[in-house]
Amino acid sequence: MHVAHHMLAGLDPLTLSRWQFGLTTVYHFLFVPLTIGMVLLVAIMQTVWTRTNDEKYLKMTKLFGKIFLINFAMGVVTGIVQEFQFGMNWSDYSRFVGDVFGAPLAMEGLLAFFFESTFIGLWIFGWGRLSKKVHLLTIWVTTLGVWLSAYFILAANAFMQHPVGFVIDHAKNRAELTDIGAVLTNIVAVNQFPHTVTASIMFAGGVMVAVAAYHIKRNQYLESMTKSLRYGLWASLLGGIGTIVSGDGLGLAMVQTQPMKMAAAEALYRTSAPASFSIFSWGTPDGSSEIFSIRIPNLLSFLSTHTLDGKVEGLNDLQAQYVHLYGPGNYMPIIWLTYWAFRWMIGLGLVGILVSVVGLFLTRKGNFSLPRWVWNVAIWASPLALLAISVGWTFTEMGRQPWIVFSLMKTADGVSPGITGLDVLISLIVFTLIYGALAVVEFGLLRKAVAAGPDVLVATDEGTDEESDVLAVAY
Amino acid sequence: MQLNEIWFLIVGFLFIGYFVLDGFDFGVGMSLPFLGKDDTDRRVLINTIGPVWDLNETWVLVAGASLFASFPEWYASLFSGFYLALLLILAALIVRGVAFEYRGKGETARWKKTFDWMITIGSALPALLWGVAFANIVNGVPLNAQHVYTGNLFTLLNPYGLLGGLVTLTLFFTHGLIFITLKTEGEIKDRARQLAKKAGYVTTVLAASFLLWTLFAHFSMFGLVLTAIAALSLIAAQAANFANREGWAFTLLVLTIITAVGALFSALYPNVLPSTTDPAFSLTIQNASSSQYTLTVMSWVAAFMVPFVIAYQTWTYWVFRKRISRKSIPAGSH
Repeated sequence: MHVAHHMLAGLDPLTLSRWQFGLTTVYHFLFVPLTIGMVLLVAIMQTVWTRTNDEKYLKMTKLFGKIFLINFAMGVVTGIVQEFQFGMNWSDYSRFVGDVFGAPLAMEGLLAFFFESTFIGLWIFGWGRLSKKVHLLTIWVTTLGVWLSAYFILAANAFMQHPVGFVIDHAKNRAELTDIGAVLTNIVAVNQFPHTVTASIMFAGGVMVAVAAYHIKRNQYLESMTKSLRYGLWASLLGGIGTIVSGDGLGLAMVQTQPMKMAAAEALYRTSAPASFSIFSWGTPDGSSEIFSIRIPNLLSFLSTHTLDGKVEGLNDLQAQYVHLYGPGNYMPIIWLTYWAFRWMIGLGLVGILVSVVGLFLTRKGNFSLPRWVWNVAIWASPLALLAISVGWTFTEMGRQPWIVFSLMKTADGVSPGITGLDVLISLIVFTLIYGALAVVEFGLLRKAVAAGPDVLVATDEGTDEESDVLAVAY
Repeated sequence: MQLNEIWFLIVGFLFIGYFVLDGFDFGVGMSLPFLGKDDTDRRVLINTIGPVWDLNETWVLVAGASLFASFPEWYASLFSGFYLALLLILAALIVRGVAFEYRGKGETARWKKTFDWMITIGSALPALLWGVAFANIVNGVPLNAQHVYTGNLFTLLNPYGLLGGLVTLTLFFTHGLIFITLKTEGEIKDRARQLAKKAGYVTTVLAASFLLWTLFAHFSMFGLVLTAIAALSLIAAQAANFANREGWAFTLLVLTIITAVGALFSALYPNVLPSTTDPAFSLTIQNASSSQYTLTVMSWVAAFMVPFVIAYQTWTYWVFRKRISRKSIPAGSH
């Protein structure tokens, strides 16, 4: 009894809340990229079908639409947790920033969530009930809703990275909004949005490639699947290029707004001009200096300043500056984590782009009789972009530490004062169990939908006409 | 009228919208074991809300986010204070949502049965807990000088809170049954009507006691009027159901929910979360609200978006207005 009591007292609501936020957010964002990317790709496929009446595009719309929906449901239900836990676990943060941070969240609800949830229902159940053109419009409005939602939530996140458009009310001890335009055009949001969206398109393209490769390898549904393969490869490549270009812009914005994060990305301890970029490095156990590394000269200077010999500030100098500005404390994030997360993000993304380039080259003349291992590579390469996105966000959020809102509030000061370690332990266990079980079911259903192929989805549509009482689509 | 007051009304409006809409979703979910004799029956029931449950649920997201934007202190104290209750609601909503999507994607009876129970429990639990939560908001909870909740989950399970929970549980159940009579045809419609008659009696007794309790504890003329309308329309809804007028029964139940939740908000005003520790620690529409600038910006957004949202959601209900029967259910599911 005494031991149990001691153990409960040792549960720290802050540490547990951080783990919970990390777990639920990473999990939620396993589903979001496919939603953002696939909704656009499906909308384009359906547009082509509406214009050409070519049945293979209908099959593609239905198959990838189904995959989109299985995934979408998970994004929706795990998204509610995201909105609630600011208040549940981070109530002092919510009190401090609510006046600013709440606005983009409420706009997301009023402008985007209602669009998404209403028009996705119309799209799913509107087959055969709405005219072809109106039905097509519903998927485009859904796309608009999804993308608007992404923008607003990224604007909210950008305020945590680089707070703008506010004043501090010292009497009320909170940040107050003074310029909504500044919040919505935050340089971090403006750069983060294209980066997120293009990376999502890249991943959705990769999923199309994997699904197509699965069927081409089995020599089935060739007409629609070879089309899907090429379409997915192009989406993946163009998304990948967009991710690089927008990532460059985001990097510049980061150097300007959060130099500590860029220094942590490179584990650059001393301010350097020119600064090189290390592909691999091995440091002393305390992390304060390095033993061995492979380096590309001038690259970090170029990424940070777009000049070959620009000055990049180092961790030690920034630490000294921040102590001067914000008082005593450790202002460095966990360096090994940011360093490796940044490299994995770039590395996985580049491999993903390479796969799409090789794929486009191999199939350029419409030749799809390739060895089995090629198709296996195409299938197994599909999670690369998703992993890159996941470690990229881990980098962004861990690189902001120890701040919850950069320069204004530390993460340790944002946690809810009223909750106990036991409360958070219970919720962490509940979410882990539910999310774990859902992951198993979700993966099984996706596999099943992929294996069933495109034709069965179109075949069930025949025989239902608008006059019939039978629902064209039903649960 | 001040912006704080307008936003108190808007938050109230969004929660009312949520309870009116997701309320019947909860009722339909709870009705599965009572009305669904076989798989086709249960699919008829689920498909009455198929295209709309997601948009209905979204109302709570928008209500929560609007609460955050307009009354950050209220959002912070409420959501951290009601931690485990909200965790249960979240878990239930997750389970219910995925169960709708997944139940039709397996073939075995066991698979479907598992997800049917997840829908039923995932509907009943929030229906109960939202009532518990709102009763406690009106009644007040222990808040310290920093507006931090000092109770625990069991503090919320007091007699008034539990009665509030039973009211929403039975009210949403009846609301869902009446919705089924409006959206189906054939034998299942008759079964729903018969069950709604019984559920209606229980709801009327519970709701009347709860509303009278609320009225005596927080008397105002406005509260009296709303309570009276809620009570009368609930009884009239019951009468309309006996007269086989499901359109009227549904409309009157919607009116009941609007006025009953309105009576709760009226009892709350001008507080948003009273403190039982010391009335001086209470959160009010003044000390919990956002700045005038934020409220102004959000007022413009709401003024432009709310009518538009109502318009396209009404259109959605119009598109899916057809009654559903066993004949409507196709062999496969989407």
